[in-house]
Amino acid sequence: MRRKTGTLLEREGTRTVAASLISILIGLVVGSILIVIVGLISPNLGPSSIGDGIRLVLFGIVSTGRNAAGVLTWGFNPQNIGNMLFRATPLILTGLSVAVAFKTGLFNIGAPGQYLMGTMATLAIALGIPANAMPKPLLWLLAFLGGILAGALWGCIPGIVKAFLNINEVLACIMTNWIAANIVTWFFDATKVFQNTVENTKTSYIYKTTYGKTLVDGVWTYVEGNGVSTAKLGLDKLFPGSQVNGGFLIAILFAVGVYILMTKTTLGYQLKACGANRHSARYAGINDKRNIILSMAIAGALSGAGAALYYLAGNTEFFWSTYQSLPAIGFNGIPVALLAANNPIAVVFTGIFMSMLNIVGQQLRNLTAYNEYITDVIISVIVYLSAFSLVIKMFLTRRSKKGKETEPTPVKAAVPAAEPTAETVTAEPEVEGEEGGDKA
Amino acid sequence: MSFLIQQTLLYAVPLMLVALAGVFAERSGIINLALEGIMIFGAFVGVFFVRLMQGTEVFLNAAQDGKWLTLQGLELLAMLAAAVMGAIFSLLLSFASVNLRADQTIGGTALNLMAPALVLFLVRIIANQNTLQMATGDAASWFMIKKTTLGFDRKADLGFLGNTFLHKVYLATYICILLFVILSIVLYKTKFGLRLRSCGENPQAADSLGINVYKMRYAGTTISGALAGMGGFVYALTTANCAATGDVAGFGFLALAVMIFGNWKPLNIAGASLLFGLFKCIAASYTSIDINGDGVFLLKNLSEQVSFFGAHFYRMLPYIVTLIVLAFTSKKSRAPKAEGVPYDKGMR
Repeated sequence: MRRKTGTLLEREGTRTVAASLISILIGLVVGSILIVIVGLISPNLGPSSIGDGIRLVLFGIVSTGRNAAGVLTWGFNPQNIGNMLFRATPLILTGLSVAVAFKTGLFNIGAPGQYLMGTMATLAIALGIPANAMPKPLLWLLAFLGGILAGALWGCIPGIVKAFLNINEVLACIMTNWIAANIVTWFFDATKVFQNTVENTKTSYIYKTTYGKTLVDGVWTYVEGNGVSTAKLGLDKLFPGSQVNGGFLIAILFAVGVYILMTKTTLGYQLKACGANRHSARYAGINDKRNIILSMAIAGALSGAGAALYYLAGNTEFFWSTYQSLPAIGFNGIPVALLAANNPIAVVFTGIFMSMLNIVGQQLRNLTAYNEYITDVIISVIVYLSAFSLVIKMFLTRRSKKGKETEPTPVKAAVPAAEPTAETVTAEPEVEGEEGGDKA
Repeated sequence: MSFLIQQTLLYAVPLMLVALAGVFAERSGIINLALEGIMIFGAFVGVFFVRLMQGTEVFLNAAQDGKWLTLQGLELLAMLAAAVMGAIFSLLLSFASVNLRADQTIGGTALNLMAPALVLFLVRIIANQNTLQMATGDAASWFMIKKTTLGFDRKADLGFLGNTFLHKVYLATYICILLFVILSIVLYKTKFGLRLRSCGENPQAADSLGINVYKMRYAGTTISGALAGMGGFVYALTTANCAATGDVAGFGFLALAVMIFGNWKPLNIAGASLLFGLFKCIAASYTSIDINGDGVFLLKNLSEQVSFFGAHFYRMLPYIVTLIVLAFTSKKSRAPKAEGVPYDKGMR
């Protein structure tokens, strides 16, 4: 899809970044226009709220709420920034998941399912093993690896059916998403023990991982503070009042790891070769089936890791009756990857950008009569634009080459339009014949 | 049995229509992954239309006086509104994939992300909650056709066929079936249909014979959008009590699977959607299915004896069956040759 030549790498790179920035800009403008339109039409929204809405969409991350007079105040908000980094953690990983698959020519829309399976495994391990059975870091690591493994195994399924049965991976992924949502609900419904019964009104949630399975008077109970949670690594001091923890740094490590895997190793080269052209890769002696499955497994593992890091934070709860909905974090991996043009390092930044939009949406809901879904609209516009980022890039190339040698523009109307007369009639039996042969 | 057939049809008919929507797009050469999004959008438009019209005196009086023909007219108008807006929404996809030669999968995904976001954004502002319902009454009291609305006595027995197809049904179901038949004929027996299909098989050849590939692809996607929008509203009307929630539970994707399973052919698609409708119906109401009317609820009893065959299992079933069915059919299935490939006049 995206051609990359060594000599043009730098200019190609800058153009990719420029195309992404333009997409973001248009997305924000569309969001603002929507706010203006809705603000003008809706009777409960006044002109002042339009201004507030637009300002929050653009600069919501540095909002500090409203002062006594009801005017928006601005400034460094450590809680928002910290939460932004925390929410970026799973987004970066699902973004990496989609990006890896994209690089290998697969569209991993199955990230939500892989994310859910990762969630299930992580929570089952973190809450299922008695808290004093092993040192806490080991339990944490076990739960983390369990999440990764579950995601990888779940990701394998679309890979296997794609490789051996030639089922479109998009459809397979969508089906496995809903199957995963049902399996997870089923599991937590059937096991019962993981449902939070200690705190009232929280029975529809699973225990946080800070609850440890402890033997009290011969009965297994969950005690707050006995469980595991990701180390804060001092980040909570930097951003007081936020949920941030060391998981963010782990996500960055994963991004670097994926970058090295994809650009510096034989395996990465083989995966990319399969993505570029499955048949020529096989001709070159690469096992294409193995690589398709492996690529989906890696993608699934990354999504599972995202889920593990999110729920091992110790301050997040999982709503277990999820059979009717799929986690948005999984789907939002798609815009993260597309905006980053599938570059693992760029995914870190686009992941942070997406979680910034998430915080902005929250601010909008808390401070104005608008709601958080406007940011989803902005994200979708960005995805829409990234579908033809190639066109934007071409446009940029043409602008920069103005005056210099004119690029051979795509031949338009090279085929002279034939007269739609008698010739059309001759075409009909031909296509019909093909159709008939197919039915036989 | 009547209940089973009615419930199955409720799920199968929107599925059938939306799968046909997919066929129109793919036969013209555009992969319409956005069916789900367009359905969500269509459902919202239709429900919003009904809600607006409920405020007008004509329809309020009609509801009070029991003028059911007027109400059926409202239903048809809402279907039309959903279809028109669905078609307009799908122009986003056609523009990106025909004029800009964008990646159709990503374009469709963008629409799938956009529709629920936009719908929920608007629903929250209109209704101050995440569900947009009818202003007064419910789908059954306004739009459902019953014995009594047709002038029969409450206790009249209409026989098996009458009970199944005239009592507690929606006009929309039959309109959809009719549309499905008409459009299948259009696709296979008219000049327009042939030209459309040729653009999905070999656009270069079609172009050289004077067919405007861009126009045909626009036509295919627009019809597709209209059908999907209408299907979305029909789904919301008949199975969700005429409420828009920014979600159709993966129905659009299921329709895609049905389309592939049906091998891009209307008759097979009709069969496939009946099968999936049956599974959906079992999932939704397995506890109250009484196949031969002897008061024995087989599936309910089974779920009580073996806890494995419970609600969770039946909910998962349509998706598992889809996957298995695809596994068996995808080797044989033959997609339109040029689907997903942007048409470039300069290319050989």
